[in-house]
Amino acid sequence: MKPAPFTYHAPTTLAEALDALDRVGEDGKVLAGGQSLIPMLNMRLASPAHLVDINGVAGLGTVDVDATGVRIGALARHAQVAGHDAAHSVVPLLRQALQLVAHPVIRNRGTTVGSLAHADPSGEMTAVLSLLGGSMDLARKGAARTVPAAEFFVGPLESCLEPGEMAVSAWFPVPPPRTGTTFREVARRHGDYAMCGVAAAVTLDADQRVLSARTSYISMTATPLVLDLTEAVAGKPFDAADWAAAGQLSADQLDPEPDIHATADYRRHLGVVLTRQALTDAATVAAAQPQGATR
Amino acid sequence: MTTKQFGAPVQRTEDVRLLKGNGRYLDDLGQDALAAAFVRSPHAHARIVDIDVTDALEVEGLVAIYTHEDLPGRVGEPLPLLIPHPAIVAGRTGYALAKDRVNHVGEPIVMVVASDRYVAEDVCGRITVTYEVLPPVVGVETARDAKHLVHEDVAGNVAGHLVQEVGDAPAAVDSAPHTLELDLKVERSACIPMEGRGVYARWDADDESLRIYTSTQTTTGVRAAVATKLDLPLNRVECIAPDVGGGFGVKIMHPWPEEVLVPWAARLLDREIKWTEDRREHFVSSAHERGQVQKVRVGFDDEGRVLGLDVKIWHDNGAYVPYGLIVPIITSTQLLGPYKPGAYKVEFWSLYTNTVIVTPYRGAGRPQGVYAMERTMDAIADYLGKDRVAVREANFIQPDEMPYDHHMIFQDGRPLIYDSGDFPGSMDKLKALVGWQDFEDYREQARAEGRRVGIGVACYVEGTGVGPYEGGHVVVESTGKVVVSTGLTSQGQGHETVFAQIVADELGVPLEDIKVTTGDTRKMGYSVGTFASRAAVMSGNAIGIAARNVRTKALRIAGEALEVDPGDLEIVDGIVRVKGSPTSSMPLGTVAVLSNPLRYAFDTASQAATQFVVGDPDKPPVAEDDEPGLEDRDFYSPAQSTYANGMHAVIVETDPETAEIKILRYCVVHDCGNIINPMIVEGQIHGGVAQGVGGALYERMEYDENGQLLNASFMDFLMPYVTEVPDRIEIDHLETPSPLNPLGIKGAGEAGVIPSAAVFASAIEDAEGFTITSMPISPSELYALRQRFAAGEIPALRGRSATASTATTPTPVTEATTR
Repeated sequence: MKPAPFTYHAPTTLAEALDALDRVGEDGKVLAGGQSLIPMLNMRLASPAHLVDINGVAGLGTVDVDATGVRIGALARHAQVAGHDAAHSVVPLLRQALQLVAHPVIRNRGTTVGSLAHADPSGEMTAVLSLLGGSMDLARKGAARTVPAAEFFVGPLESCLEPGEMAVSAWFPVPPPRTGTTFREVARRHGDYAMCGVAAAVTLDADQRVLSARTSYISMTATPLVLDLTEAVAGKPFDAADWAAAGQLSADQLDPEPDIHATADYRRHLGVVLTRQALTDAATVAAAQPQGATR
Repeated sequence: MTTKQFGAPVQRTEDVRLLKGNGRYLDDLGQDALAAAFVRSPHAHARIVDIDVTDALEVEGLVAIYTHEDLPGRVGEPLPLLIPHPAIVAGRTGYALAKDRVNHVGEPIVMVVASDRYVAEDVCGRITVTYEVLPPVVGVETARDAKHLVHEDVAGNVAGHLVQEVGDAPAAVDSAPHTLELDLKVERSACIPMEGRGVYARWDADDESLRIYTSTQTTTGVRAAVATKLDLPLNRVECIAPDVGGGFGVKIMHPWPEEVLVPWAARLLDREIKWTEDRREHFVSSAHERGQVQKVRVGFDDEGRVLGLDVKIWHDNGAYVPYGLIVPIITSTQLLGPYKPGAYKVEFWSLYTNTVIVTPYRGAGRPQGVYAMERTMDAIADYLGKDRVAVREANFIQPDEMPYDHHMIFQDGRPLIYDSGDFPGSMDKLKALVGWQDFEDYREQARAEGRRVGIGVACYVEGTGVGPYEGGHVVVESTGKVVVSTGLTSQGQGHETVFAQIVADELGVPLEDIKVTTGDTRKMGYSVGTFASRAAVMSGNAIGIAARNVRTKALRIAGEALEVDPGDLEIVDGIVRVKGSPTSSMPLGTVAVLSNPLRYAFDTASQAATQFVVGDPDKPPVAEDDEPGLEDRDFYSPAQSTYANGMHAVIVETDPETAEIKILRYCVVHDCGNIINPMIVEGQIHGGVAQGVGGALYERMEYDENGQLLNASFMDFLMPYVTEVPDRIEIDHLETPSPLNPLGIKGAGEAGVIPSAAVFASAIEDAEGFTITSMPISPSELYALRQRFAAGEIPALRGRSATASTATTPTPVTEATTR
């Protein structure tokens, strides 16, 4: 459990980091929080020839909040984002999801952007970014681009990041008014990757009737799956809507793979149950908001 | 008076060192040593065609590469079969480095020595081994089918086969009023200590001696094995266990390949070498346990009394049997628990598979035996519609039947005779503790809230303190400090504290003046090791005997010096004094000075002991039957094991939707005889229960059909976190002293883990209303069982539902008749 030899780069500015990444191309890997990369290096499941450690780069640890959303910098740690009250007040789903990410010691070092760049379909933040319709800001030497969540995740542990490119920040937009969100999951042990996890967002109209009911999932698909389940509950008062029907509606669209912890049948069953529970909770949260607010 | 230490909840003296990070574990030693790493088999079963090291030779820092053909003499011969037993049909052990064939993923093939571990692993990555892959044998059923063989010359994959029989059990089953048959299964798990294995060796060329540090549960065992392998005189080999971060059984197995190879290479190269096992290595190259398939036939009367019990066990022993048949022997004998069936027959087959070897893991075969017996008790109760506790009580051995002879042979080759215990008394305590009588009210209340709860109960008896012997050495130094050593090792049990408590009472010295050393062959060369909940019983009594002898000698010497009868003396706070006349006294340290007549004085204290000052000029300074020094070394060797026992109850809640299993309460009644330190005993129980929760609800070795271990990391091997273990474990003690040893103690180390699979199966079954026959159980599996139950594929508990079912687990094989 010792990594293979690699060349270590320690840039102090973003320009230096991008320059280093540009030079090493396919042989390079960005080291941020290291909570996934370091174990992979130690087990020699990954052996990049160059590690570009961005921990010394100034200005990447930011969490910027305005009325339209939250922009999270590449070095912002999970714990920092989860504890950010201003971010929580405009995009509560961030904290709701982050408290389910692993354990405190991992959240203290692991970065939110790093977790997204890792593109693990069991990572809570992939479902959050996808459900909210957020995007990733990517940069390379001399160029930058913004990629919507739907295009960023390409496969399991695979994003559209190209050699020489780096995820600089992630953008989580504020959901529409009268929207409530929740994150529910079932894991084998506290803090484990979930066997199934569901992020839900329910938007009500001014009369507390359902305008929109959407969910996204972790550990169920190779890339984040977002479902619009509104048709089962559209126009119904939030407390009289048939959320179980919305859960059932998700069943046909969930086609999980089995693994050593859960059969496909059980995962699908969890998906249906958690969909109902998460939507019910999200609707209750939405209804409890003062008119025009978002929680 | 000095406060009595035996029985007091004394805080562990070793914890200050360990919790402050001042422990010295194997990898803390030998910072300048060369590092070893191993190329291990990626295949479960294969022939080694070729090993090509060409690409590796250029790596800077490489010192040596060894394969089997480099191993001379005994080093290249198979590793020892440690515990020979007549029931071993075909005993096979591995080689230190694989010769021609590999029989499990993780088996070592090439040893690399390099400047550090990074380089050693780089070298390993450049060595190419070519294999011819052979069909793997994975799992008990596959091994039993024997379509393929693990070892070409071992028919049926059978390593061992043993039948023990008391009375005519098959006939008793057949003629009983009621008969049931159960098919049961327990999956593999493993010890998984926080610190893996590790060996650090250095050769002293001037002294022609070898020093080995190893993270082991037996330094004398490793020393003897390595001395034999390396053809060294025993007194040229020293073996020391530094602080050890947990063992739980895996480190009693020895010598591991690395324990032979690292010292061998250190001597050959005349360089210090260290190998520290990493976590993946531990999963695939150390040892596992637990995996068994069982078939129980039981005949009983209307009260649930067992008239005949006929059990067959198929035990998965992995690729080799270096530790013999200890685990299935324990399963088959300790299965009986606190009960006395009218007749008992047990037959086991120990089977080879292409998986990691199986050696004792805390509980050592008992959890499986208890599981078989307790599943049977629950099945009887359900069949008769009786209370599960009442059926157990109908089968208990009674206190007035002690000592109780089962007329079987235990794992130590000695008769299975229970020395003590009050099983009805223990059950009364457990019922009161958990509120057994009131549970149906709680169930109704929970049901009204839409919650599903169940209660389970399980009992066990545990043979502890097995022989052959342990020793204790107690020295009072001239400072008055006491140095104690025993040969068995410590892995976190608190030996330094409890052994000091025993000595403190005998010698009347404060705990802080007593220093205990364990597991160092330089200090005590005769020892067996730490396993089978034996340390307190064996070393505790040996140290107690030695300390008492030192006390006797101290009083004699002091009596002579103070010119009083030794019977009139006492020792309080390290001072020997005349009872009732404390002014007539001398410190114990002065007694130590006087015990050693000197020619040469080196300080003022020793001036008092020169031959010109002390002793009768007409007698030899040291009497014929005496020795210099205030010290004694003595041994304790019992005729048989002592039998501890306990009973556990758990209340679980199962989520009706997600099938998650939550522990609401966990209760333990425990009888380990006289308790030296209740805080340490409770700590042992807490740790055992935590491991038991793991074994029942979380852990398993997930081998695929190719023999690949799919969960060889802490990400996928689900050892419970503190969040999965009950916040509070409710404990009540019953102390029935063992009549077999001076301290009246029985072992406590394994107790907490033994009934876990049984008690959780009992509770989950109770919550769900259908039978549980395979453990551990996960939410996904419970969900699958619910689906099968809903489809009528598994029967309801009879006590719970009148619904007829055609399914067959457990099966009434004769119709119930009432007399």
